[in-house]
Amino acid sequence: MDNAILRRRKREVLGGVIVLAALALLPLPIKDVYTQNLIIITVLFAGLAQAWNILGGYCGQISLGHALYFGVGGYVSTLLYLKAGLPPSLGLFAAFGVSGLLALPVGWPCFRLSGHYYAIATVVVGEIGYLLFLNWDFVGGATGVFIPFHGESWAQLQFKTAKLPYHYLVLAFAAATWLTAFLLEGSRWGFAWRAVKDDVTAARSLGVNIFSSKMAAAALSGGFTGMGGAIYAQYVGYIDPDSVLAGHFSILIALPAVLGGVSTLWGPLIGAAVLMPASELSRSYLGGSGRGVDLMLYGGLIVIVALARPQGLVSLFGRKDDHARIA
Amino acid sequence: MPALLEISHVSKRFGGVAANVDISFDVQQGEILGLIGPNGAGKTSLFNSIAGEVTPDSGEIRLDGVKLSGLGPVACAQRGVARTFQVVRSFDSMTVLENVMVGAFAKHASSRAAMRAAVDVIAFCGLSPRMDRPAWSLSPPEKRRLEVARALATEPRVLLLDEMLTGLTPTEAQSGVQLIRDVQARGITIVMVEHVMEIVLPLVGRAVVLNLGQVLTIGTPAEIVKNPDVIRAYLGDRYAA
Repeated sequence: MDNAILRRRKREVLGGVIVLAALALLPLPIKDVYTQNLIIITVLFAGLAQAWNILGGYCGQISLGHALYFGVGGYVSTLLYLKAGLPPSLGLFAAFGVSGLLALPVGWPCFRLSGHYYAIATVVVGEIGYLLFLNWDFVGGATGVFIPFHGESWAQLQFKTAKLPYHYLVLAFAAATWLTAFLLEGSRWGFAWRAVKDDVTAARSLGVNIFSSKMAAAALSGGFTGMGGAIYAQYVGYIDPDSVLAGHFSILIALPAVLGGVSTLWGPLIGAAVLMPASELSRSYLGGSGRGVDLMLYGGLIVIVALARPQGLVSLFGRKDDHARIA
Repeated sequence: MPALLEISHVSKRFGGVAANVDISFDVQQGEILGLIGPNGAGKTSLFNSIAGEVTPDSGEIRLDGVKLSGLGPVACAQRGVARTFQVVRSFDSMTVLENVMVGAFAKHASSRAAMRAAVDVIAFCGLSPRMDRPAWSLSPPEKRRLEVARALATEPRVLLLDEMLTGLTPTEAQSGVQLIRDVQARGITIVMVEHVMEIVLPLVGRAVVLNLGQVLTIGTPAEIVKNPDVIRAYLGDRYAA
């Protein structure tokens, strides 16, 4: 068989390998810690945005509460390490499991709403999570939890000054989300999600179970977001509700995908590559006096993209036979 | 031989409006049955009940003796009742092939198998040249064909066509009629809603005429055009013989 779908998927695999290789080599010549850090955060958010894209892009359910999964993932791996001695390298997977499962009871009531009402409900759920953790002493309450340093190790995912191991950790994470999105895109689930996004009534008439499709997308999306949260917690070494559960993380997770192009494989990465450096630079150049300028920047970028390129930045690179993807 | 699809004593009210009142008829395996009647006769309500989109207030709909009513559209689709929509509902962000694959996944778990099945159905419906085009770019008659292709990809036993030929030019309607005949030749039973009589009557073996939510008459096209009740319902008392 030869058709646009198979041709496109071959191209995507090739592109994926090239980008992965490029990102693996990228930090090697860079000695500057600030830049290394910026690349790590960018790649991490590319992965998080891809995780969001599974639910918000392919399935079309705009969640603005993903900080919940991100924060819970961070807390799960951290607390399992501190209270049960589980090494964070395994804690990542526990974070995936807990955040993924958490997405189910969240989805159960929220998916009864659609469109804007669903988005609003997710904002509320995210805020509830933030407030719960803020007032929950067992998890450190408002003071948060500090991850003590026990020497460099991959099991512990702790590295004193070296940035390179973290780079490969976030790259592996981002690559895993990309691969998952790629495989799902070609699978029964991916087709069901895109059908749900385009027309619920038509999807139902073709035997697509709407509710379970959304729940599956939410679980996968939440799981990967939780894993990213665990990596983030390990990277920064200290988490509190404000640094992982605050509402702006929900925006930060969704925005690269929206900016780069939803329900595309490359939108989240392109969006993160533009957004993270831009917000980092605006923050560092403007210093304390510029607090909030990065938020203005997000707003400005969204307005520009919505007006000029509603399909996201990825559409700048689109090929003619890809038009169906970005319509 | 027992009927493939049995509609027995189906009633449906929407608030104060009785859309369907005690409707009963059978659909035989392999036939094309027309569901006709003037505007507001209750065709679409009944159609939606058969497709599972709405649940009748009373009465039952059975496919091969198994009760379908009340199970919802997903179960109806999985059990072999596929439908098209009066107002076309294509998945516009997907290509023609992708649209049809959504239907094919109802019967095939692997994407390879679904793709193969979808390619066949697209060829059957004469859409092969459009296979890789985005659905939004199709012309209206092509979109109607896409709806048929998508429904056929679920490998249905009964295909419900909702005004598939309405609003087409005579040439387009003619090729649509040919497609419906081809579908019937595959052994698929067809129930079609249509209010343009001259299109339906040459095509169907029997037709059910609805008026004001009730069955006015059931019969062959020749019987129906002569029936004074039908003429009265469509044209008013003055024209009834």
